[in-house]
Amino acid sequence: MTQQGVRWTADQVLALAPDAPSRKAGSKLGVAGPWSEAGSSGEGTVWGLCKGSGSKPYQTVVDITGAGDAAGPAYKCSCPSRKFPCKHALGLLLVWAGQDGTVPEGEPPAWAEEWLAARRKRTTEKRSSPTPSTPADPEAAQRRAEKRAERITAGVTELEQRLSDLLRGGTATAEQTGYGLWEETAARMVDAQAPGLAARVRELGAIPSSGPGWPVRLLEECALLHLLDQGWLHREELPAELAATVRSRVGLPAQPQGPPLRDHWLVLAQYDTADSKLTTRRIWMYGTESDRTALLLSYGAAGRAPSLALPVGLAFDAELSPYPGAVQLRADLGEQLTAPAPTPLRPPGVRVSEATARYGEALRKDPWLESHPVTLAEVIPTRSQDTWQLTDPEENLALPLAPSAASRPGLWRLVALSGGAPLTVFGECGHRGFTPLAAWPKDAEGAIPLC
Amino acid sequence: MPAEARTPALTPWEELVTTALLGTDRRALATPGKEAPRTLLDEAAAHTVRRRAGLRPAPAAAPPEPATDDPRPPVPPAARRRLATLLTDQPGSGGSGRRGAAPDLMELLPQWLSLANARGYGAPPELLPALLNAARGRTDLRPQALTFAGPRALWLARLNPDWKFALRSTPGGGISLPDPDDTAQVRQLWEEGLFAERVALLTTLREHDAQAARALLSATWRTERAEDRLMFLDTLRTGLSETDEPFLEEALTDRSRNVRATAAELLSALPASALAARMAARAASCVAVDHVASTPTLTVEAPHECDAAMERDGVLPKPPAGRGERSWWLGQLVDSAPLTSWQSRLGNRTPTEIVALPVADDWRGELHAAWCRAAVRQRDAAWSRALLGTPASPDAAGPGAVSLAERAKLLASLPPRERADWVAGFIAAHGLSEAFQLLGVCATPWAEPLGRAVVDSLNIARDAGSYPWSFSGVMGLAERCLDPAEAVRLEALTAIPDEPENASPGAGSYWSEAFQRLVTTLRLRAAITTELTPDKPQRNGS
Repeated sequence: MTQQGVRWTADQVLALAPDAPSRKAGSKLGVAGPWSEAGSSGEGTVWGLCKGSGSKPYQTVVDITGAGDAAGPAYKCSCPSRKFPCKHALGLLLVWAGQDGTVPEGEPPAWAEEWLAARRKRTTEKRSSPTPSTPADPEAAQRRAEKRAERITAGVTELEQRLSDLLRGGTATAEQTGYGLWEETAARMVDAQAPGLAARVRELGAIPSSGPGWPVRLLEECALLHLLDQGWLHREELPAELAATVRSRVGLPAQPQGPPLRDHWLVLAQYDTADSKLTTRRIWMYGTESDRTALLLSYGAAGRAPSLALPVGLAFDAELSPYPGAVQLRADLGEQLTAPAPTPLRPPGVRVSEATARYGEALRKDPWLESHPVTLAEVIPTRSQDTWQLTDPEENLALPLAPSAASRPGLWRLVALSGGAPLTVFGECGHRGFTPLAAWPKDAEGAIPLC
Repeated sequence: MPAEARTPALTPWEELVTTALLGTDRRALATPGKEAPRTLLDEAAAHTVRRRAGLRPAPAAAPPEPATDDPRPPVPPAARRRLATLLTDQPGSGGSGRRGAAPDLMELLPQWLSLANARGYGAPPELLPALLNAARGRTDLRPQALTFAGPRALWLARLNPDWKFALRSTPGGGISLPDPDDTAQVRQLWEEGLFAERVALLTTLREHDAQAARALLSATWRTERAEDRLMFLDTLRTGLSETDEPFLEEALTDRSRNVRATAAELLSALPASALAARMAARAASCVAVDHVASTPTLTVEAPHECDAAMERDGVLPKPPAGRGERSWWLGQLVDSAPLTSWQSRLGNRTPTEIVALPVADDWRGELHAAWCRAAVRQRDAAWSRALLGTPASPDAAGPGAVSLAERAKLLASLPPRERADWVAGFIAAHGLSEAFQLLGVCATPWAEPLGRAVVDSLNIARDAGSYPWSFSGVMGLAERCLDPAEAVRLEALTAIPDEPENASPGAGSYWSEAFQRLVTTLRLRAAITTELTPDKPQRNGS
């Protein structure tokens, strides 16, 4: 076997691609032909020369260890592409993942070593002299924070007024007024520096055209928005954890707090959601010793993949720094102490009744929570009329799949994996239904991603 | 938390929704409050959180019948990853006309599948949806893809209408056929089964025990519908032998004309059959050697009528538009007559000597074409060789007596090595432009001389300064059929050559790109073979 006994799978490599064209272009370069002088080191770096259309081949280096700086893989390529990672980096990783002997272990050539050394130096410096998180001028920072809180309060007050006006006149009119009203209100919330509120307001605008049952959904979301407004206005009276949740839901940036959690973390799932400006990547991790589930978030500006990428199904020792908040799922990846390696471990599953109970519990701490991560033991994907559910044969109960999940290709991968037999499924359980994200068939060695 | 929200909500949820729709100005809330909209929102918030927190699982629907077990071993991990990569390369997602230097991964899928099937591997379940989608878009992939996909794919296809084709393409819709030796079971399925099941049964049985299959068929023959009889008769092509003759002879009197024609065709492929003898006698009366001429010459006297006996033996009386009746009848007589009968008829000459004889009155084309059809149907290597002639002969490439399509068919009756050598000779003499069809019938991977002839010709075409896309068909074939071991020799051709004066602009770099793609594809094919061959330990880059 090779370095740390592990190579990524093609799926894992392709998950790094910033968009579909890059994925395709990368796959085509993922073969021995165009590559020369390719190699990899025991420390998890891969390099190679890729023949392009020009006379000089491109020099491509990838550092997959993340070198402990929590940024995930790093790439360097002499090609002019603005995509990140570029198709050459993807192709090189695919060749490396393909294990056909094109990428032997060895010493990096000078051009690769130069970059790697500089990178190692930066990381060491960063680690030995951690930048102090306290700002230079605490008083000025305090003043800025107060100023921002005032602006948010003004925005919240205005939003409350708008909600009251809406309900006084009736939501029936919302069907006609359409997006305009909400877009304008959302813009006001952006001005008030409350991006969390702005996003919720924008979603309100889409509900009246979302099909049957919209009046119920609109009232629910208006009510929860109102609850958040009131939470902000009364944040001084709330328990500290709930207040922290309200702050982050409104959109105030938070910093990880508390001691880092060191554990053997299993990567359960990784998926992206994107709007026109931002790609958000969610990575679910399971601490095999602490039995905790954590969520890592990473962002990429339009056209760029979020920098953090972790191979689903593998596990590694690492420190995670949790964020404040009542449910405490979000965390930042700290130092990685080992490289990701396959593991026979899988998260212990619960029955479906326990899954809904856990979501209920979590709502008590964070009423705005859409869903909660949970692993189901022994469920069978089952067609129920025109939708799908996960049936627990032991309890004779089932969780319906969320509408968005039932239309994704991952559904069929799940059904195929099951073949009508029970299997373990990790996913998000919420009021819209269950969204499966990874599955472990009975005799499989590792997790199989569904997203 | 605001004080109002802590008090239990009094108004029922439905009531709140109605009020919210109409507006508090129009419809008063039951709960008194100084500010109605605010009270409504407070109560709705309490309701919403309570409703969500109180979520319960739904009653379970009946789960599907589990899929039947696939006893085959799973593909090795490296091969599994390769398949995942091949399947991600969906056609139509790129869309630029030029192919560039990267290999066409989808084109390698058939090779991957046939190797995996030959090694008896089973499909990884999580890749079944992608595999079924690929097979859905490409009918040519279906047989191999469905064999590899196994029973679970059929189980999936019953759940997803997009994959219905899998149930149609699998004989009997994936039902399990009885053991061919279990006579009682076989008879029961034959008598009670659906049409598709019966065809599948007969096909399987015919491969296993040709006579038993025919016995089964003749037992119910008279009661079958005409279109069913035609399909059943078709299964006799497998393992056709003299013992089938009485049955086929009887089918010559069938009510259905298509059945009669098929029976006649099958009989004519049996040179010792009575039908073949009758056809030989008829054909022989039409062709003779004229010894009076200065050199021996073949004379042809086409039949003057198509009598009832000829019709009964499968001769179609009506020619297609544009063909004369008499030459149409002659063609059918000659292509159904056993080729062996000509040697004694035409003065104990060898096939080569017969083919070389001049033919009087412009009958040569007609006569040779019929012999070609006969040689193909009777798989006669000696006659095929004679009709093909030498690959270097000038009319081998031109519109001579024997067309390229016919040559391709004739080649198929030669042993693989001879076939490859003949095509190599043809390419060396005539270049690549006419060789495409002939290459298609050669065994893969191409034998060394053939591979070399193709590569040399490509090289010559490049030096001549033309563009590579004039040869894209042959290039594509080479990617699929060249022996991967050739990759090393081809490496030198990937360099961009100096452009000769009269070359098409930029051709050099396009050729370099095309050869690069060829080399890359060959390497990939070598990797695919290694990954699917478990005895060879995987090289792991150490």
